Amino acid sequence: MSTLEDVKPVPVSLGGVRGGPDVRTLRRDPWWHFPAATVAFLTVIVTYLMWAIFQNAYYFVGASQHRDLISPFYSPCIVGSCVPGAHGTFLVIHWWMWSPAILAAAVPAGFRLTCYYYRKAYYRGFWQAPPACGVADGHTLYTGETRFPLVLQNFHRYFWFGALIFNVILTIDAIMAFRLPGDGGIGVSVGTLVLVVNAALLWLYSGSCHFCRHFCGGSVDRFSKHPIRYRLWKIVSPLNQRHMEIAWASLFWVAFADLYVRLVASGVISDPKLF
Amino acid sequence: MAEVTMRVWRGDPGGGAFTDYTMPAVEGEVVLDVIHRIQAGPAPDLACRWNCKAGRCGSCSAEINGIPRLMCMTRMDSLPPEEPVLVAPMRTFPVIRDLVTDVSFNFEVAKRIPAFTPEPAGPDGTHRMMQVDIERGQEFRKCIECFMCQDVCHVIRDHEENKRAFAGPRFFIRLMELEAHPLDTLDRRQLIHRDMGIGYCNITKCCTEVCPELIHITDNGIIPLKERVVDSSYDPVARLGRRILRRRAPAPADDVAVKSAGN
Repeated sequence: MSTLEDVKPVPVSLGGVRGGPDVRTLRRDPWWHFPAATVAFLTVIVTYLMWAIFQNAYYFVGASQHRDLISPFYSPCIVGSCVPGAHGTFLVIHWWMWSPAILAAAVPAGFRLTCYYYRKAYYRGFWQAPPACGVADGHTLYTGETRFPLVLQNFHRYFWFGALIFNVILTIDAIMAFRLPGDGGIGVSVGTLVLVVNAALLWLYSGSCHFCRHFCGGSVDRFSKHPIRYRLWKIVSPLNQRHMEIAWASLFWVAFADLYVRLVASGVISDPKLF
Repeated sequence: MAEVTMRVWRGDPGGGAFTDYTMPAVEGEVVLDVIHRIQAGPAPDLACRWNCKAGRCGSCSAEINGIPRLMCMTRMDSLPPEEPVLVAPMRTFPVIRDLVTDVSFNFEVAKRIPAFTPEPAGPDGTHRMMQVDIERGQEFRKCIECFMCQDVCHVIRDHEENKRAFAGPRFFIRLMELEAHPLDTLDRRQLIHRDMGIGYCNITKCCTEVCPELIHITDNGIIPLKERVVDSSYDPVARLGRRILRRRAPAPADDVAVKSAGN
């Protein structure tokens, strides 16, 4: 009779013959729905974003229309070519000849590009690595985020800090949107609500970020010795579970806010005053 | 009488093919029940690994209609009745026979993880922890080592060569449990970075999707580990902050890590 002492470890050999047929996947459910929807949505949003950034017009609704609304893509407007009245004249870069949105959108775009959720979305949707669970990625070599340029994803935290600055600026923009010059002075229009919701969603997006969770308390091993960080971590963690939904909602809304301002600024629609 | 067709992979390292078994449909059954009826009837030599039949032992992992699942926890009425049910072995591991695979890769990886190394006991000879400090790690203790997260992870599922450099999701939650343990004294971050290959993970969350214990492998295990690795290896500001604050560094795990010659 054998005993436990008789058991000898079996050496592991890699590269053994795998079971199942050599096909890309055995899945028969519509696994392509998520990557296809992701590609479609991101393509539409990014295409619109690029168009809006380079259009360099109709991004500000000023006193001539009795409003104070600026597109989130163009705020802060800190270059010499900004239309008169647009905020941000405190730091003017006179030599910048191109669209001010290139400067204003770079950091938020980097923040989203390196976001853990969006990484999942575009790795699945665009890079097909993998397109869905249990579906072969089809790449002959895979090194993940160990090499340039994807190793730069590790700098997500710097974009997070930068995005907080933009959140503050866009919050100021939302507060400024309560100004209705020549239309009662202070009030609320649909544009005000659009910018307030935009700022709120951006704060939620930053607050639910995985790095934010790490920064607040995730790096701590003994919560009992850091009660404030533990409390912050407990607040952020439930938000973090909703990061995907918040990421999509805030991305959609920031594009919608730009579109709304653009339509009002170009005179296609008027911005109704609510009260 | 209603029938169900099971399309089961039959084979060994020499090759194999799907074989159809048409069985009477029985209300309330799970996939493993039907596999057992096949064993008791038309194919007594059909090999499959199982133990508890209750989703606790993690033995009966297989790919059902292409998705890693526990056979004992997959109800037949949750599968499309109009087409055969595909049952295949886990793709990531070498097949031994039929639905049984050689998962010893995982045990080799486990050997490379330095064990829990607590600080010295207190004056009363005991270790004490606050409940709030150990709640985070308790989620990871739910793991039943079914290895379906390892199976579905494309880093090693689609790239055999990466098994030499990548530990896999199951071991990242083990490492996170140790890293965040209030009494553990080792700093495993360099090990996680260099030898466990956390950088290979592109956080596509398939491991989380298939986990039968609903462990948030990516959000609570892998991403926090990635951030800890960034603290130690990529973030110059964090490094400068540690230097200014002169924080005492825990012992690096390299001193005790057991490097596997085979992997």
